[in-house]
Amino acid sequence: MTGAVAPPTHEIEITPELVEDHGLSPEEYERILEILGRTPTIAELGVFSAMWSEHCGYKNSRPLLRTLPTEGDAVVQGPGENAGVIDVGEGWGVAFKIESHNHPSAVEPYQGAATGSGGILRDVFTMGARPIALFDSLRFGSLDSPRSRYLFDGVVRGVGDYGNCVGVPTVGGEAVFDPAYEKNPLVNVMCVGVLPLERLIRGEASGVGNPVMAVGARTGRDGIHGATFASEELDEESTESRPQVQVGDPFTEKLLLEASLELIERDLLVGIQDMGAAGLTSSGTEMAARSGSGIDIDVALVPVREEGMTPYEILLSESQERMLLVARPEHEADVREVLERWDLQAATIGKVTDDGLFRVRENGRVVAEIPVQPLVNECPTYTREGVEDPEVVRLRGMDLSEYRTFGSDESVEDALRTLLDAPTIASKRWIHDQYDTSVQTNTLQGPGSDCAVLRLPAGKRALAATTDGNGRYTYLEPRTGGRIAVAEAARNVACSGARPLAITNCLNFGSPLRPSVYHQLAEAVAGMGEACRALDTPVTGGNVSLYNETGGRPVYPTPVVGMLGVIPDRDLRIGSHFRNAGDEIVVLGITRDEIGASEYLAACHGLVAGAPPALDLEEARRLVELLVAMGEVGAVHSAHDCSDGGLAVALAECAIGARVGPFGIEADLDQVPLEGEVSPAALWFGESQSRVVASCTPRRCDELEDLARAHSVAFARIGRVAEPGSAYEVRAGGHRVRIEVAELSRIYESAIPRRMREEAGLTS
Amino acid sequence: MKFGIVRFPGSNCDQDVFRAVTEGLGREATYLWHKSHDLQGVDVVVLPGGFSYGDYLRAGAIARFSPIMREVVQFARDGGLTLGICNGFQVLCEARLLPGALVRNRSLRFRCVEVGVKVENAETPFTSAYEEGQRLVIPVAHGEGQYVADPATLDALEASDRVVFRYVDERGLATDAANPNGSARNIAGIINEAGNVLGVMPHPERVSLAALGNTDGLGVFVSLARAVARSDAEGLTAGGARPAGVGS
Repeated sequence: MTGAVAPPTHEIEITPELVEDHGLSPEEYERILEILGRTPTIAELGVFSAMWSEHCGYKNSRPLLRTLPTEGDAVVQGPGENAGVIDVGEGWGVAFKIESHNHPSAVEPYQGAATGSGGILRDVFTMGARPIALFDSLRFGSLDSPRSRYLFDGVVRGVGDYGNCVGVPTVGGEAVFDPAYEKNPLVNVMCVGVLPLERLIRGEASGVGNPVMAVGARTGRDGIHGATFASEELDEESTESRPQVQVGDPFTEKLLLEASLELIERDLLVGIQDMGAAGLTSSGTEMAARSGSGIDIDVALVPVREEGMTPYEILLSESQERMLLVARPEHEADVREVLERWDLQAATIGKVTDDGLFRVRENGRVVAEIPVQPLVNECPTYTREGVEDPEVVRLRGMDLSEYRTFGSDESVEDALRTLLDAPTIASKRWIHDQYDTSVQTNTLQGPGSDCAVLRLPAGKRALAATTDGNGRYTYLEPRTGGRIAVAEAARNVACSGARPLAITNCLNFGSPLRPSVYHQLAEAVAGMGEACRALDTPVTGGNVSLYNETGGRPVYPTPVVGMLGVIPDRDLRIGSHFRNAGDEIVVLGITRDEIGASEYLAACHGLVAGAPPALDLEEARRLVELLVAMGEVGAVHSAHDCSDGGLAVALAECAIGARVGPFGIEADLDQVPLEGEVSPAALWFGESQSRVVASCTPRRCDELEDLARAHSVAFARIGRVAEPGSAYEVRAGGHRVRIEVAELSRIYESAIPRRMREEAGLTS
Repeated sequence: MKFGIVRFPGSNCDQDVFRAVTEGLGREATYLWHKSHDLQGVDVVVLPGGFSYGDYLRAGAIARFSPIMREVVQFARDGGLTLGICNGFQVLCEARLLPGALVRNRSLRFRCVEVGVKVENAETPFTSAYEEGQRLVIPVAHGEGQYVADPATLDALEASDRVVFRYVDERGLATDAANPNGSARNIAGIINEAGNVLGVMPHPERVSLAALGNTDGLGVFVSLARAVARSDAEGLTAGGARPAGVGS
């Protein structure tokens, strides 16, 4: 099988304990013996362990992920590459992907988050795309806990410092706070980049004899087996895992970015890939697997940071800011010239072969030799038995009638104040003030709106993008949660007038070995698939992060969706906030008697119970079509998705977020289109899906109503935008609320800074 | 005329300045590589924002030793128009072309916000397109933007109208609340004694394109183009050589 090359020598005996320590089951080890036809060397065991971890091999999720739709008119590159790519017209493409860095961030929040940003940036620029934006989707425990504040502060600094230094604006994202994430925060970062489509390059290693080069930072002992670490539960000893967390260097990343784009632009490469999780191992084997080739490298040629590193360590190191590239042989000298000009290390460490083997040497002596295809493409997969947790069934079925009414007008006012003060709903200015949001001069709409809107090189077109996901919904009813993650993201993008085109997803779940968690995963993925098909937004790639639990308790199952859409004319984009006093306020969509799983129950009653709001896929699709049509005719001044906190909060957000505001509001929610009997709490704070609060000049209101009717979307005029600095005056369900908007604005803006004051050390 | 934009390793606003000059102003721009000693005959040198050399020692501290800086310093000493934005301002201070220093923000956090900036002196080659007292809205994006200098230096700057930009609130007042980083006397930008070197912390290049809806920063580039045209005209009418260092 190995031809002329001597078989690898064994220096360490492979015991069952060692196999177990590598996270491999006895059955998986049997499979390895079969593939190799002999006992693996320690280096080979390490390689299998990393490639067959959940992080690289998707062993518990692959059968489920296969059910997701991945094809569509706009999709140029689907899953399986460094990043997905869609066609946005006029010869331009957009590469995008979301990835988690949950476990490293739980242990060392600053570096964990920073290196997460670094990795996803590399995934995008290795497609030949210039990164133009970052988004961070974050989940933490309650800010009342010092540990959560520490993690939140560190993560925000980490995301910020990295993107700020590389010069990629962070223009959107979310931050949700719930005790379910106390010890296991979720840190998901999405990167979006633009490329001329003819410059698209993939992570391929083809052409026998082509040089394989290691580029960028030197390889050290940091992060060895990070991929395996990310595939285990966190426990009390996890803080001892610090050496598995890598340290980021955004300065080197910036050099790598510019050098890589220059190499690609000048067509000097065959393929390029980030040395991310499982470092040299995953990049080398995946590139060979895609091309049906083999790769032969000598670890002694890899530039290292310290003496005495073993092949095992070099193969599995996750030192940051490194790339593996395959050069066109006639251009090897040009490649070196470019990298040298950018002060980057470059070493030719091997060559492409045609024997289908991943052969690793140390000073010529073979230390590993593994057939690439079974290693990369035949990771054992598991379809498990999912069983719903009876506790969830009980919570979902709980009688909520006592929470559906209010004792007095004051209790409605108090609930509104509580919700605007809830960190999940409140202004995220504290976060995004620490992010550079305007570098690269593409930002047309930054954080604080339903989605970000960015200039595209393609004429007048603009890109709309957002991230969304609701862990509480998914916990209480996984299929609905999966559907809503997609539908809400589509709605947010469409609120700007953009047509949603495609998604990337990040699945943050607990251990799939628990039947209850596997049930959540299977159901949520099924729900996402249904919504993606209904809305015609295929999945172009993403990431799976399992084993998010501490002390035996999984986090809320949290599928996060990154959605892209395109606006045909940037000047017709629609903002989220009110623009003019005197404008008519309208509500699109149907309100139902739904308060289950709401932020209202959680924030005002400390209750996580009830079924999440139902999502009718046809209704969701019609609303998106209507929003796109509204954008085309320029009929509205603002459109804002109604989500956490319901209509009462959505109205306040439209008023508070306005540039010249905060505006006052006069509205009567009894006018909104209803289905069945709707209780006061559902009217004010329920989170019925597929609803939007919009505003328009009174003379175009009829036109808007006609448009809504033509799209079969329920429509109602509910009031008008009042002068800036006046009051929020809203009636509904027999109650009336009147609060100065200045007060609401103060509550909304101060909620997070007030809780983070100690962390800042200073007040300004 | 031509703008030269220095690219240090880690510069990340170089392309934004390029776009502001070529798309916003409609003039020519070229990049000046940090390892080069050739200013390519440019009329204006811009040191852009970013994190030159990672800012690992101290913002701008290493950049001043890069090869191109020898020529930039000579160019500036010879009267060449030199603009440093954000990290570029830090480099100019490190290179002693401007007095004082930029230290960590009072909040100890990076801040990116739109700020009110008042034009305190409209009679400079960088600000002639503005009215004196005009209030602009320009973003800042920095972690080390707090301008500090000893009181005598600050007094001298004020006395000679060398505080060109100041952070102000909506009413045009230099209040503490309007100061995004704790800069002494709300200073956002200063000019050297000879009047040809400006350092500014906010980013005028980010608000120089009509497509983004705010062009408050374009005036800086318009002013520079005018100043070059004027010096060209003076050079022609006088029939003599143009000021040393100002290329063709």
